[in-house]
Parts: sequence; structure tokens; C-alpha cells
Amino acid sequence: MSKVTGYQHHPLILRVTHWINAAAMIVMIGSGWRIYNWHPALPVDFIFPPVVSLGGDPVLSQPIHTEDGLASALMWHFGAMWVLVANLLVYLGYGIFSGHFRRDFLPLSPRAFLRDFMDAARGRLAHRLGEYNAVQRVFYWGVLAAMAVTILSGLGIWKPVQFQALTALFGGYEAARVVHFLGMTAIVAFLAVHLALALLVPQTIKAMITGHAGTKEVQS
Amino acid sequence: MNAGILRTGGARASLVADIEARLLSKRTLGLGALTLLTGCDISDNDQVQKVLTTVSRWNDRAQALLFDPRRLAPTFDESRAVRDFRYNAYFGPDDAPKLDPDTYRLRLSGLIADKKPWTVADLYALPQQAQVTRHVCVEGWSMIGKWTGTPLSVFLQRIGADTTAKYLGYECADGYYDSIDMPTALHPQTIMAFKLSDQVLPAKYGYPFKIRIPTKLGFKQPKWVTTLYVTNRPTGGFWVDRGYNWFSGS
Repeated sequence: MSKVTGYQHHPLILRVTHWINAAAMIVMIGSGWRIYNWHPALPVDFIFPPVVSLGGDPVLSQPIHTEDGLASALMWHFGAMWVLVANLLVYLGYGIFSGHFRRDFLPLSPRAFLRDFMDAARGRLAHRLGEYNAVQRVFYWGVLAAMAVTILSGLGIWKPVQFQALTALFGGYEAARVVHFLGMTAIVAFLAVHLALALLVPQTIKAMITGHAGTKEVQS
Repeated sequence: MNAGILRTGGARASLVADIEARLLSKRTLGLGALTLLTGCDISDNDQVQKVLTTVSRWNDRAQALLFDPRRLAPTFDESRAVRDFRYNAYFGPDDAPKLDPDTYRLRLSGLIADKKPWTVADLYALPQQAQVTRHVCVEGWSMIGKWTGTPLSVFLQRIGADTTAKYLGYECADGYYDSIDMPTALHPQTIMAFKLSDQVLPAKYGYPFKIRIPTKLGFKQPKWVTTLYVTNRPTGGFWVDRGYNWFSGS
């Protein structure tokens, strides 16, 4: 990674929605894994290690709640979903009306993506604070799309009668569960890359907490 | 007259023992994985449970608002109905209650005008309709089945139930208990199912009837029903008391 240049400013509303989203996402993913374990949607012999899932200690849950950990996972999932969606709507509203999406995530072209992707693969893509390269832009649009698909398929699973048109859109109840799982997988994949890159350029973490990082003077 | 009065303490205690025995046997399978656990999860904290339960009560209200009493659950072609339906209870099929058609009586209580107990013959003489709908379990699995029986709304009218009341509660021969909201009880697809796959409901599936509710999760649909009551007081429920969401609508 080349030298970090540039200046990053994140307004308060963006930082707040970012961290609320992070917390809600962790709860949704952790409880979702616990729910998945009860009856895996995929036809493969795999469950998430209980220790990384959320819903109470399966052993302790019995004496405490006379139930082994699905109830709490469901309560977490159907509680955090309101936070996740409400927060996301605030963020989307901000992104659209402040010009954040237009300014920071656009323009985007396949050619720019290929160029930046090749540079990144060769380790030659410099990170300029406050500016997203084409690979990052594709990632942010991608994770927004994955979140949309995961939330909508989730609604289709939650209410296969009341929202039956939505359930049908994803191919029915059982197919919607698979879509929901794949959407989660895409979000987790994004998270892994997002976290790795943030750790590589810790200035970005500082910007997301304090609002500022780098210097306003243009360096070369 | 309410749920607690009719339930005997002894039956309840043995029921809990049954569940614990079942879960214990299930747990030994995963013991290797469980030893990795640190035994620490914020979900078990009392304050966290209080907050989660409060949100779950709020979700009851949100779901009641989302529930459209006229929206029908999707129905399927009969060819898609599973013949060998999944057995699901906290005890094995051999331990399922075997109710005697000669001595069985459906008891009625609460806000009901005619509380005369019903025999199996009386129940099975009610007008019936069939439905091929998807049963969705809280655990995530689902299965399409064909159920035949009487719309609960027809029965509730027949017995002079106060359908302006809030809840319909039920108790079962295995000690199971819960309640549903009245709008769901009156939904046209909510039926007292006397048959599964065109066969008189076998003992393991809830003979003499189960309440089939395609707009709710499976655990809200009782088998081996012995008491129905109408009330305005919120009731507990076997799984609801263990943290499952009460409304649990689909």
C-alpha cells in the first residue's frame, strides 16, 4: 500500500448511522446464524459454531429459560431488524439528498473499475483519504444491493402470507430462505474486506470515529 | 375460567421433565462443540431479556397491524401436498396422547354462550372444507399439507362465542397451552382440522383435531385440543413463556 494522502471528513449523521448499522448488523448476523443452525436452509452438512452465534448459551439457556437458545436468537433478530431498517432509511435519505452517493460513489464505469482493480491487484493503488476509487465504489453499491436483497427476502420469510408477493418474487418460501442466506454471505464477505482495508489504513477508522483524518493540503 | 385453573401442577411438572430429558439427549450429540463455549452470552442477562421481551411485545402489536383478515394464505395444487407429514412434538410419536373417541369431550369456557361439551361425533358432523397450504415452523422448515375440517369461525358462531373478545385460548391433552388473537381465529382459513391427507387425523398428529392456522407459525397450532376458551385477558403460552413471540404471524 502506497503512502496515504488526502483528507477525509465524515459528517456526524454518517458516523452515527455507520456505527448503528455496524451494531445492528452484528446482531442480525449472529442471531441469524443461530436461527440457521436450527434448520439449515442449505442442503449441506454445515452449521455455524454456536460460540460465534447469538441467542444465549445453549447449555445455560435450558435451566434459565427452559428453552435452548432459539427464542433469544429470534428476539434479537426481530428486534434488531427495526433498528437496521430505520437506520438504513435515514442513511439512504442522507445519501440521496446530501449528494453523498452522487459525489462519492459516482461516476462509475467498467473501464475505471478494471483499471483500479488491476492496480489494486498489483498493490499499486494508492489510498487517498476522502476519495473512493472505482473498486471501492463497486463494493459500496454491491453491499447496498446485498442489504436490499437480504432485507426484502427476510421480509418474505417473516411474512409469507401478508407479503406473499415478495415471497413469490424470491421463488417461494424455501427459495427465499436460500436467497436470504446468500445475501448474508455477500454482506459478510464485504465486511471481511471492509475490515481488512480499514485496518490497513487506520486513518479511515479515525475519520469514522472523530469525523476527520489526514490534512487538507494536497500532497503528491 | 382460565388456562391456569384447568391445568394440574403434576402434569406440568412431568411435561417439563419430558422436555428436559429430550433436550438432554439432543445435547449429548453436540457436546464436543459445546465444550468450546465460554458459558458467557449477553442474551442470558436478566436486563437484556427484559428489553428483548419488551420488544417482542411490541412486535405482537406490529404484526397485528400487518395482519389483513381478508388476505388468504397461498394455496397449492393437491399434488404438492406431502403424504408423510413431519411429526413434531417435544416427545416421541409413541408418547403422543391417544384420546378415546368414546370418552373425549371438548370443553368450552370463558365468553361462550353455549358451553355444552362436544363429542368427537358432534365435531366431525360439522361442515368441512379442505385446504392445501404451507405449514411454516418457527425453526425454519416448512411443508405443504392437505388439511380438512371446519372453519373455526363457523364453530365459534355455533357455540355463541363472543367474537368481539380479544383472544381464543386453548389447552391440550399433553399439557400444551397458548392463545391466538380473535381476528386470526375468525380468518377463513383457520380450521379445526379433522383430517390430514384425507385420513382421519392420526393420534400422533393431534386426534381428534388440531387447529390449522396457515397465517401463523406451527407452534401456534395446537394438537389434541381438549379446551377452548374465549377471553379478554392476555394468556401465556407454552413456548411464549419460554421466549417465543406470541403473535407469530406469517
